[in-house]
This record gives sequence, C-alpha cells and structure tokens, in this order.
Amino acid sequence: MFEASDLNNRNRKVERLWGLLFLMMTILLILPVLAILGVLIHEGGPILSMDFLFTEPKDGMTAGGIFPALVGTVWLVTVALLASVPVGVAAALYLSEYAPDNWLTRVINLAIINLAGVPSIVHALFGVGAFVLFFKFGTSILAASLTLAVMTLPVVIVATRESLQAVPQAFREACWNMGATRWQTIRHVVLPNSVSGILTGVILEVSRTAGETAPIMFTGAAFFLPFLPQSVFDQTMAMSLHLFVISTQVPGVPEALPYGVALVLICMVLAMNAISIAFRTYLRGKKKW
Amino acid sequence: MVATEKATNPTKVEVKDLTIRYGPKVALEGVSLDIRENEIFGIIGPANSGKTSFLRALNRMDLFTPGMQVDGTIRFDGRDVRKWRNVFSLRQRIGVVFPLPVGLPMTIYDNVALAPRLAGVKGKAALDEIVERCLQRAALWDEVKDRLDSLGSLLSGGQQQRLTIARALSQDPDVLLLDEFSIAVDPVTTMRIEDVLKVLKDEITIVLVTNLVQQARRLADRTAFFLMGEMVELADTEALFTRQTTDERTQAYVEGRFG
Repeated sequence: MFEASDLNNRNRKVERLWGLLFLMMTILLILPVLAILGVLIHEGGPILSMDFLFTEPKDGMTAGGIFPALVGTVWLVTVALLASVPVGVAAALYLSEYAPDNWLTRVINLAIINLAGVPSIVHALFGVGAFVLFFKFGTSILAASLTLAVMTLPVVIVATRESLQAVPQAFREACWNMGATRWQTIRHVVLPNSVSGILTGVILEVSRTAGETAPIMFTGAAFFLPFLPQSVFDQTMAMSLHLFVISTQVPGVPEALPYGVALVLICMVLAMNAISIAFRTYLRGKKKW
Repeated sequence: MVATEKATNPTKVEVKDLTIRYGPKVALEGVSLDIRENEIFGIIGPANSGKTSFLRALNRMDLFTPGMQVDGTIRFDGRDVRKWRNVFSLRQRIGVVFPLPVGLPMTIYDNVALAPRLAGVKGKAALDEIVERCLQRAALWDEVKDRLDSLGSLLSGGQQQRLTIARALSQDPDVLLLDEFSIAVDPVTTMRIEDVLKVLKDEITIVLVTNLVQQARRLADRTAFFLMGEMVELADTEALFTRQTTDERTQAYVEGRFG
C-alpha cells in the first residue's frame, strides 16, 4: 500500500501556504482599483447626466458640463493615433522582419528603450520646442497630439513587435521557400496572424493617451475654451487638464464636479480596456495554430 | 567509384567545393557533385552530417539564416545561384518540404493557391485546377476535398505534411527538395507519396534527403552518403547498396551497423 511520507505531506502544506500568500497579494492589488472606483462613483455619480456630458462649463468652470473637454480628448487621441500607429507599426515591421543584427539595429533598440523611459514632462518640453516653436504649429491639437504620439511610440513599437514575433518562424520560412519576398510574406502570413495583437496594443495605448496631462499642457490644451475645435490647428480643452484645473486652479468648484470629471475619464479608459480584452478573448478563441 | 555511367541526363544542379559554416562551426566541407535532370538524387547520413545545410544552400536560404556562410559554387541550370539577381525567382523554381509539417494558418485551399497567386496566376478556374492537381499528387485530395475552407494548420501532422508537399508542388518547381519528408507521415501514406515521386521525376528533379536508408534505396537513382560534414561517397543507388562501395563507412551505414 502506498502512503504519502511526512515529507510529502509537509510539501503539500507548504504548497497551499504559498498559493494563499500569492492570492492575498493579488487581492491587495485589486483593492486600490475598487477603492478608486468606489469613491468616484459615490462622489461623482450623482452629478452625471446627459447635460453634464453635453454642455459647456459655466460660471468660471464651477458649474455646467464638460462637453468641450470630452470632444477635445477625442480629437487629441485620434490625431495622436493617426501619427503614432503607422510610424510605430512600420518601425516594428522593420525591426522584426527586416533588420539585420548590426550596430544600427542595436542603436535603434536602445533608442526605443530610452524613449520609453523619458518622463512625460520632458516630452512636453520637447513638444514645445519641436512642434510648437520649430515647426510653428503653435499651441494646437496638432502639436499636442504629435507630442503624445512621440511619447506613445515606444509602446506601440514594442507591442507590435511582440505580436509579430509571436508568429512562428516556420511560417515565414515556408513562405520564403515558395519564392515569396519579405513583403509578400508579411502581407499574406505575418500580418494577418498578428493584427489582433497589434490592435490590442493600440487600444491599450489609446487609454493611456487619454489620461496624459503633462505633454498636452503646454502644447495644445487650453485652460478654458468653451468652443469646440474646428481643425487640428485650434487649441482645445481636454479631460485630463480640465480635471487638474478645476481641482487645483479654480476657487469655488463644488466638490462633486472633479469627481464627476474623473469618473467620466476613467470610464472612457475602462471602456477601451474592456473592448481590448473582449477583442483579445474573441481572437484567442479563433486561434489558428 | 564503381558506379556505372548510364545514359546520363543533362546536369541540373552543379555543386563545386561547397563549404558551409555557421560561425566557426563547419557544417559541410568541400562537397562537389552533380544533380541531373529528372533523377531522384538521394542523400543519406546520420544527424548533423550537413544534409539540411546542403539543401538550404541550394535555394539560398542562407540569406535568411544569420551566421550561415556558404563558400564554393552552386550552379542551377548553369547559372551561379549567388549571381541570380532575383533570388525570389530562383526559389520559385525550387520547392522545399521540411521534416516538420508547416500548415500555414490559412485555409487548405489558400495554402496551395498561395504560391500560384504570388506568381501571378489569376482566375478561379486556373487556381482550382492547380489546387486539385497538387492535392491529388500529394495524396491528400480525397481526405480534404469536402473541406477546402477549413484551416490548413489544424490538420493532423501527416495531413499537414502532405499539404506541405502539395504546396511545394503548387509553385510548379523544376527541382523539389525533400528533407526527411516522411518523419511525420504514417507508413502507408509514405508509400503513396513515394509512388507519386516516382511519377513526378519524369517532369522534375528531386533531391531526397532521408534518414531511412531503405527509402533512398527504393527511390533514388543515385545516392550520396554524407557523414559529419563530408561527402563520403556518391554512387548509383544499387551499387551503393550492393557492397560495391569503396568506403568502409558507407557499407557500415547502409547495413545499419551504425547511424
């Protein structure tokens, strides 16, 4: 008859202990998320209404809605994506599919890592110098979005490169052996099988861009501007900056207002994340190999 | 060499002083041989003897393999493969089948239609015809003809390997390189594919790398024996297998005394 030894039993107990420890740590991690959401919903929930979303701020931003800021954030994120996605995906394609292992590639990789490590306020100052002044875009959506794009580029590149690398090398070789060029291989085999991962990365990127404050503060986001932007050369309000402004710069703001703005901002971000997760789950179910 | 010279076909691939290195490691050294049109050229030898490297050099896969260095000359139809300006057109004329099956993650139909499409074949009728012919030849048609729209990468291993063979044929190659194609295929199917190869050699040249000594004996017109990066011997297959070999090692290998 086989019996578990003392050592077996002790290992089993230790095993359960570790599992419990890790579970506790994980719960610790979700606590702040729940707390933030709880406070925001409790404090800011009552103020939410269609009027709040779709009217302009009034009375020195102490009343009214957030419509210009909401629209402004959509503008900023959209233009930033239009700039960063094509460049980022192209760069990732080069690095993953074309780049030989030489000093240039290593320098590029180093640059990407360093770009990712630059603080956002430094990006802001770069944006002022490069886009606002040097390219003479002025403080505008274009300048702010390009600053955001530069900032998010490393993440787009890394996410895209990882999705590309997830496509097995054997698929590429099979394709090359048929006489396909690198581009034909990318077009027919690599991209169709990595586009889901790329999109997921991009959507996550959107949610990050939406919340950034520092990079847009000096480059295109306005303190108070109760009009909707007409073109990329206009300034605009933005959710993140608006939240900062009414929380710290304007006296007499009712307490619920910043909470309401924060709640809308976080809901935008969470909605994007949810879409991204749903999308990924859907595509995982359709896994092709 | 004892090999009796038959009425020989013209040379298809001429290899001279071929040496292949990966960094400091020599995979193949000083190999010279001719592959003739419409023959099945067998290459036998244990693992790590440079067989696969040899195939990779033939269709210039060294370009895609970091660190792989090829010296010597390989002439394909009399032209040095390293002087082909358009390496893609060279590869189109050389079909390759790997030891491990690679079903591309697209439909069975698209797997086989991809190469013709890349080569500019248009029109559904033309593509349908190629797909059916190639799948027939790879002994896969009967099993998949009702589900050409399902994913090629989800077929069983043996079916994927036949799909790979069908794909290699779909590019209408002059030369077919088979690298231990039967590893993932059951014996019955292997025999069916071997029958196909015997027919195919009327149209194309086949280089058959195999671990199965008896497979080389069944199929190959001439067989080369590679051992640890060296070509020990090249002879008519029958000669190689009937003790007319000049080298002790060849005899030991074909008789199964090592390897």
